[in-house]
Amino acid sequence: MVLIQFVYFAAAVLFILGLKRMSSPKTARSGIVWAGAGMLLATLITLVHPGMGNYLLILIALGVGSYVAWASGRKVAMTDMPQMIAIYNGMGGGAAACIAAVELLKGSTHGASGALLGALGALIGAVSFSGSVIAWAKLDGRMKKAVRFAHQQRLNLAVFALALLLGLCVVLQSHPGAFTIVAFFLAALAFGVLMALPIGGADMPVVISLFNAFTGLAVAFEGFVLQNAAMIIAGTVVGAAGTLLTQLMAKAMNRPIRNVLFSHFGASAGGA
Amino acid sequence: MIEGFAALYIFMLAGFVGYEVIARVPVILHTPLMSGSNFVHGIVVVGAMVALGGADSGLEQLIGFVGVALAAGNAVGGYVVTERMLEMFKSSKG
Repeated sequence: MVLIQFVYFAAAVLFILGLKRMSSPKTARSGIVWAGAGMLLATLITLVHPGMGNYLLILIALGVGSYVAWASGRKVAMTDMPQMIAIYNGMGGGAAACIAAVELLKGSTHGASGALLGALGALIGAVSFSGSVIAWAKLDGRMKKAVRFAHQQRLNLAVFALALLLGLCVVLQSHPGAFTIVAFFLAALAFGVLMALPIGGADMPVVISLFNAFTGLAVAFEGFVLQNAAMIIAGTVVGAAGTLLTQLMAKAMNRPIRNVLFSHFGASAGGA
Repeated sequence: MIEGFAALYIFMLAGFVGYEVIARVPVILHTPLMSGSNFVHGIVVVGAMVALGGADSGLEQLIGFVGVALAAGNAVGGYVVTERMLEMFKSSKG
C-alpha cells in the first residue's frame, strides 16, 4: 500500500515536471516522455491495488481502448490534430463520468461531500464528453453549420438547471434510484451538446481547451471520491493550466472567452 | 487519509502549480500543450481501473468497462498525438 502511494506521488511529480518542460520549446519533446513515464508507472502499480477484481475485464478494456486510440492517433494527418485532441479529451471526461456512475450505483461515495464531489465530477465530465464529441464532429467536417435558434441560451440555461437539480436529487438521496441517476447523466450530456452547438469552427480550439480544463477538474473530483492523490493533483493541475491556456488562446485570437461561448455575432468565423 | 482541509489544501496548491507551470508558454506551444495536458488527465485510467476492479453487478461492470476503455483511449491517444506534434520541435535541443 505504501509502495502504491509512493508511485502515485512520483507520477504526480513527473506530470508537473513534464508539463513544465512542455511549456518551453527547448525542452518540450522530453516533457511528454516524462509525463508518459509517470502514467505508465501509475497504471502498472494500480494492477496490484488492494481489493481489485475483474482483471480480465480490465485488461481487455485497456487493450481495446489503447489499440483504437493508438491506431487512430498514428495515422491522423497533422492538420487534423485538434479534433483528435477533442475526441481523446471527451474520452477522458466520459471515463470520469463512468467512475462517478459506478461509485454512485454502489453507494460507496464516502459521505455527503463524497457524493457531492462525485456528482459534480460526473456533471462536468459528461458535459466535457458530449461537448467534445460535437467539437470533433464540427472540426472533422461531419457537422457543417453552427446550429443557432431563438431562445437558445434560455434553453441551455434551463437544461443546465435541470442537470443541477437532478444532481442534487442524486446527492441528497442516500440510495438514489437508477432512474434518477440515468436522468441526471442524460441532462448533463444534453447540456454539453447544447453548449457546443452554436460555436463556430474557428473558435473550436479555444472551446476544446476549455473542455480540456473541464475534464481535468472532473478527474480531480473523482480523485477525491476514490481518495486517489495522483488523480487529484494531475486533474487539478490540468484544470488550472487548461483554464489559463484557454484564456491565452482566446487572447491570441483577440476574442474574449465570453464572446466565444455566448456571442451569436462574430459569426464570420463560424462554421459555414 | 485525504480528507477535509487536507484535500482542500492539495486542491488549492495544485491549482496554483498548474497556473504557474505554464504561465510563460509561447503561442507556438499552445496546441501541443493543450494536447499534453489532455494526456495528463488520462490519469483517470487509474481511477477507472479501481472502479471496474471493485464493480459487483453486471451494470457496474459494463459502465466500468466502458470507463476503462475510454480512459485508456484518452491516455494512449493523448500521448501519441502529443508526441507527433512535439516531433516538429526536433531541431531544437530536447
